[in-house]
Amino acid sequence: MKQSNTTGISRKLSAMISIGVLLLLVILLENLSTFFPGVPQVLQPTSPLFTVLKKGAVYSLVAVTMNLLNGFTGLFSLGQAGFMLLGAYTYAILTVPAAMKEQVYYLFGGCAFESSLVDLFGAVFGTSGPGRAVAMILGVILALILAGCVAGFFAFLIGLPVLRLKSDYLAIATLGFAEILRAIFQWQKLGPVTNGANMIKGFPTFSSFNITDGSGRVILRLSTFIPFLVSSICILLIVLLINSSYGRAFKSIRDDEIASEAMGISLSKHKMISFVISSFFAGIGGGLFAMYVANAQAKAFTSTMTYEILLIVVVGGIGSVSGSVIATFLYVACSEWWLRFLDSEIVLKSGFKVPLLRNGFRMVVFSIVIMVIVLFFSQGIMGDREINIGALFSGGSRRKKAAAAAGSAGTVDISVSAADKTAPAKEISAGEGGSADENLKETVNDAAQDEVKK
Amino acid sequence: MSTDSVINTQNQTAGAADPGSHGPSRGNEPLALHLENVTMQFGGVVSVNNLSLDVPQGKIIALIGPNGAGKTTAFNCITGVYQPTNGLIEFMGQPMVRTYPRGKDAKIYKGQNREKYAGQHVLTPTPDQITQLGIARTFQNIRLWKSMTVFENVLTAKHMRAKQNVFSAILRMNLAEEKRMREETMDLLREQGLETVKDELATSLPYGLQRRLEIARALATNPKLLLLDEPAAGMNPQETLELADFVQEIREKYGLTVFLIEHHMDLVMNISDYIYVIDFGSEIAQGVPETVQSDRRVIEAYLGISEDQEDKSNT
Repeated sequence: MKQSNTTGISRKLSAMISIGVLLLLVILLENLSTFFPGVPQVLQPTSPLFTVLKKGAVYSLVAVTMNLLNGFTGLFSLGQAGFMLLGAYTYAILTVPAAMKEQVYYLFGGCAFESSLVDLFGAVFGTSGPGRAVAMILGVILALILAGCVAGFFAFLIGLPVLRLKSDYLAIATLGFAEILRAIFQWQKLGPVTNGANMIKGFPTFSSFNITDGSGRVILRLSTFIPFLVSSICILLIVLLINSSYGRAFKSIRDDEIASEAMGISLSKHKMISFVISSFFAGIGGGLFAMYVANAQAKAFTSTMTYEILLIVVVGGIGSVSGSVIATFLYVACSEWWLRFLDSEIVLKSGFKVPLLRNGFRMVVFSIVIMVIVLFFSQGIMGDREINIGALFSGGSRRKKAAAAAGSAGTVDISVSAADKTAPAKEISAGEGGSADENLKETVNDAAQDEVKK
Repeated sequence: MSTDSVINTQNQTAGAADPGSHGPSRGNEPLALHLENVTMQFGGVVSVNNLSLDVPQGKIIALIGPNGAGKTTAFNCITGVYQPTNGLIEFMGQPMVRTYPRGKDAKIYKGQNREKYAGQHVLTPTPDQITQLGIARTFQNIRLWKSMTVFENVLTAKHMRAKQNVFSAILRMNLAEEKRMREETMDLLREQGLETVKDELATSLPYGLQRRLEIARALATNPKLLLLDEPAAGMNPQETLELADFVQEIREKYGLTVFLIEHHMDLVMNISDYIYVIDFGSEIAQGVPETVQSDRRVIEAYLGISEDQEDKSNT
């Protein structure tokens, strides 16, 4: 293929540029209403568009971590919600401001940890003006990293016994682990730390990053930009891992364990690396999820959440990062936005009451759509291919057309088929180094464009 | 090899063989691989029974025997896929695997030399540790990584010797190392004549090339000893001839020791320096090709007069 001749540097450059462009687009998109108050309803800050973008950014990170395990290392793990829970709680506990602790932990007479990271940094940088902002940003970053570390550490502990298991058994063990965690975190005795079965709230969320003037009016919205930024960085790191020598080792384990072992690739070591790194980023995803819903509550991290993510991975294509990202945005858009109308009764002007529409019908339609996708696109949207940005920019007319098709995708079904049409034009993710690095941003871009077109 | 390497199967099956007294090493050559009293028992079935053999450095040694004789099991014991029930395996003069029947195995152990290694430090390395030491292998039923291209298959096998950890790999801190791996892979592919197909999926190659790729992949781990499990299986006579040259060529080029299992007698007799014959897990004969060819037990057990006649009646 043509683009495989282009040098690694220029491809990395184009990847960086597209990440930057994407992030700028997100900022622009969410601030349009500030500059042009007359924009359509869909671009107002209250629009479901931004809910979808935020949740999509968070979920796409978690979906990619799950794909790293299931799709690239061949470990069928269902513990993602458990590691998200660990991340969410770690983030929440570390960032609830000291002033809020009494109020949040009122049932337990305050938290076991008196201070918070934000306060610690606040002591250094000051508690007002720009110092406060710096303290919050640093506190949040450190808390997210620690959230990942806690999840990764638990993954290491649980991985020691569990990673000896294969396929279904591993799935059952990790699922059980996630459920046990959920129960433990609701245990009243742990109340001073986890606030028992109650939610932890009051910590910095995405909207805490909106820049306000003195009177509290928002000047610059960054609440959608932040999850995009964090997710982009994390997914980029995962893609770099996948395209490294270690990523190839993971894929070899997926393809044939016995051959990998005979070629000197230690199964236990590499499975552990994959499991810990996947859980690390799932932990960060959990922290982001806590920021998105503005609370941390063990009840939210059910096995249903894991299945949702598994579904996204399957629909997107097992072994395709860009597929996971596309599928995430489609899934979230459908469940949070496009199919919402099915949940309320509609009476036409003629007095005709549309049959079947009632609360919960959305999920019925949704299930059918997913069944159709799984039946007719058994490889998922992308299979194990990746979208290649070089192909989109410099490729022949066929590719350009395909890209245009992908860009103009509208409803679920069309998007799916368009993405499918695009796929053959993409380069199979050859190991020519960093070929997928640039892919994923484009993907997010595509998905974002989908939203915009809507 | 001279004809004076007399076969003393009686002595061999008794397990009292002194590795220096006969065999391929002529007493003083350094050994790449040395198996001593290796027994592999699955439940009540003894697949490899008290097998002792020597593979001198730089030689091509063959292990032959009828179907189900335990050849591949012996390979699996050497490469760590199985842990033998009893016995010692030395690689380059160092003990690599050493076990004796323990626990449940001790109760049902049927083999010989039960007490010989008892109480000694048990060594049961995993396959990757053994590959790390310098033993690479190919498989009877080709095991290439299906989703990868020819290039990636060889490149991935270089992972073991790459000087990097996961963080330096993610952050691309050691690009020189990656570049070196890619260049070495290209060199290897060029040498093996796989350059033109480097971007094809490994599984889309014709059978002969897949075998060749598997050998190339094994070579990518920088081995000292190469184990080939039926490298000519499914090949036509022409391909088999080419393979014989190929094996000798890589032996010369990389200073390898080759230990192979093969059914194609032409190939075995053509390239082997020394041959071990096993049947029902036990060694029945050993010697240079000419000796083995004329050995009565081998003909009975393996070359099989009756089987020959069957073949003729079939065709």
